[in-house]
Amino acid sequence: MPTPTITTTTTTTTMTTTAQRRGDRVFSGLATGAGVLILVVLAGVAIFLVTESLPVIGAESSELPGDRTFLASLGPLVFGTLLAATIALALATPLSLAIALFISHYADRRIARTLGYLVDLLAAIPSVVYGLWGVSVLAPFLQPSFVWLEEHLGFIPLFAGPASSTGRTVLTAGIVLAVMVLPIMTAINREVFLQVPTLHEEAALALGATRWEMIRMSVFPYGRSGIVSGAMLGLGRALGETLAVLLVLSQTGAVTFNLISRDNPSTIAANIAADFPESTGVEINALIATGLVLFVITFAVNFLARAVLARRAGFDGAAG
Amino acid sequence: MAKQITLENVNAYYGGFRAIADISTTIQPKSITAFIGPSGCGKSTALRTINRMHEVIPGARVEGSIRLDDDDVYASGVDPVDVRRNVGMVFQRPNPFPTMSIYENVVAGLRLNGVKRRPALDEKVERSLRGANLWNEVKDRLDKPGAGLSGGQQQRLCIARAIAVEPQVLLMDEPCSALDPISTLAIEDLMMELKDQYTIVIVTHNMQQAARVSDRTGFFSIEKTGEPGRLVEIDDTPKIFSNPREKRTEDYITGRFG
Repeated sequence: MPTPTITTTTTTTTMTTTAQRRGDRVFSGLATGAGVLILVVLAGVAIFLVTESLPVIGAESSELPGDRTFLASLGPLVFGTLLAATIALALATPLSLAIALFISHYADRRIARTLGYLVDLLAAIPSVVYGLWGVSVLAPFLQPSFVWLEEHLGFIPLFAGPASSTGRTVLTAGIVLAVMVLPIMTAINREVFLQVPTLHEEAALALGATRWEMIRMSVFPYGRSGIVSGAMLGLGRALGETLAVLLVLSQTGAVTFNLISRDNPSTIAANIAADFPESTGVEINALIATGLVLFVITFAVNFLARAVLARRAGFDGAAG
Repeated sequence: MAKQITLENVNAYYGGFRAIADISTTIQPKSITAFIGPSGCGKSTALRTINRMHEVIPGARVEGSIRLDDDDVYASGVDPVDVRRNVGMVFQRPNPFPTMSIYENVVAGLRLNGVKRRPALDEKVERSLRGANLWNEVKDRLDKPGAGLSGGQQQRLCIARAIAVEPQVLLMDEPCSALDPISTLAIEDLMMELKDQYTIVIVTHNMQQAARVSDRTGFFSIEKTGEPGRLVEIDDTPKIFSNPREKRTEDYITGRFG
C-alpha cells in the first residue's frame, strides 16, 4: 500500500507545492484502486464459480448431464479443450513468429507497416464471424484434403479417418482458432523483436553471422519471454473461445486423437454454450463447474510458463 | 595473419547524407591506429566501413575501395558476412550475448564458422580468454551467464569473442567509454599485447588514450554541421601530439576546439 510513501513525501520534501502533493495523492489513490479492482473482480469470479460448483459434489449421476458422473463427463471436455487449443497454438506459433520477423527484420518499411496493420485488423473480426466463415467456407474447403490425408497418411493415428463428410472436424476448429489467436501473438512478437537492442544484433553481425544466424543468436533469445507471453495470451484465448468452436465443430464428446473424423471431442466453453439453454437444476451447476475447471487450467498454464521462464532468469535476454 | 588496410577515396552515406568524404590512408599491420576527433565527425562511420558494418543500417552505402592486403572488401561478389568473419569488432558498450554462458560467448564466432569438436573449442576458449586477460577471473565459472560479469570483464569477454576466430584486423569503437579507469587500463594493456598479432584500429574520444596506446593517430573533423567528415591528418602519434601539420589538429588536441 502506498500510504507510507505519501507520508514520507509530505514530511521530507518542502519544495513541492500543496497542489502537486494533492495530485500525487489522487493519482496514487487511482492507481491503487485500479490494482485492487483487479483483485476484487478476480475474487468475485472465483467465488461465484466455486459456490455454484459445490452442489455438484454428491449429486446423483441421474441428475447430471448425460446421466454420467461429473468426472466422467469432465474428462472428455478437458481433453477436447486442450486438443483444440494445442492444434491452434502449434499452427499459430510458427506462423506468428514468421510474420513478426518478416515485419520487424525483413520487409521494407512500407510493406511492413501495411502488413502489421492488416494483421491487427484480424483481431477486429468478431468471433461469430470467424465461426460462420469456418463452417461455411473453411470446412467445405478443407474436406477434400481430409479425404486425401486419410488415403495417404491414414497410417498416422491423427489422420486415421474415416474423413468427415462435412469437414467440421477438430482440425478445422483448431485452424479457425489459430487464425483467431494469430493477431495477438504476432503483435506481441513483433513488438519484442523491434525492441531488440541494435547492440545485440550488431554483436552477432560483426562476428560474421548471416541475417538468420543473427536472428537466432540475438533476436530470439532476447524475445523469448515475450514470445512465451504472447503464446500464453493466445492459448488463453484458444482455451476459452466459445462461439467459433460451437459453430465450426461437430461435437460428439469423443476422446480421440483422430483429427479428421466425424467423431470429435467437445470443448468446455462450447459445451457450456450448447447445453446451457436446455439445462436445469444441478445440470447448470455441473456446467459452471466445468467453467471453474477451465479457469484453473488457464491459470495453471500461465503459471507453468512463468515458472519455465524464471528457471533460467540469469540468462534472460531482456534483463541484459 | 595481420593485414594491411588500405582505404582509397572512401565515401559513406546515410541515405542522401554524406557522412564521410574522400578518406584515403594506409594502416600498417601489427600496429595500433587511433581515430580521434569531435562527435559526429565520422570516425566511427569510417571504422565501420572497414568490416562492412556501415551498410547494416537501412539506406546506408559506401563508395570507394578498401583493401585488406590485396583483397578489396567491396569488390562485387564479396559477401559482407565473409568480410566480418575476418575482421573482429569491439563496440562502445560491452555486448556479450545475454542468454549465453561465458563459454558460449567466446565460441559464438567459431560455431558460426562450423567448428564443432569440443576439444578444439575448449582449447580456443582458454587461449582466447587468456589472450583477453580474463582467464584467471572466469575459469571456474565458464558456464555462468556472460552478462553477470562486471562491465570491464564483459568488454574483455567481447574482445575474447572477437579474437577467438583469429581475425586479420581488430576494430574497436570507443571500447573504454563505458568503463572505469581501472578497467580502461586493463583494456589498454591488452591492446598493447594484441598488436603483436593483429592490425588494430581504435576510435576514441579520449586523447590521452590515443597518445598512450597508438602508433599512429588520425584526426577527423567537419567543416560545419551537415558537411561530411574528413580525415584532416594522419601521422605518427608523437608527431600529431607534439607538432601537427594542420592548425585544426593542434586546436583540437590542445583543447581550443571541440
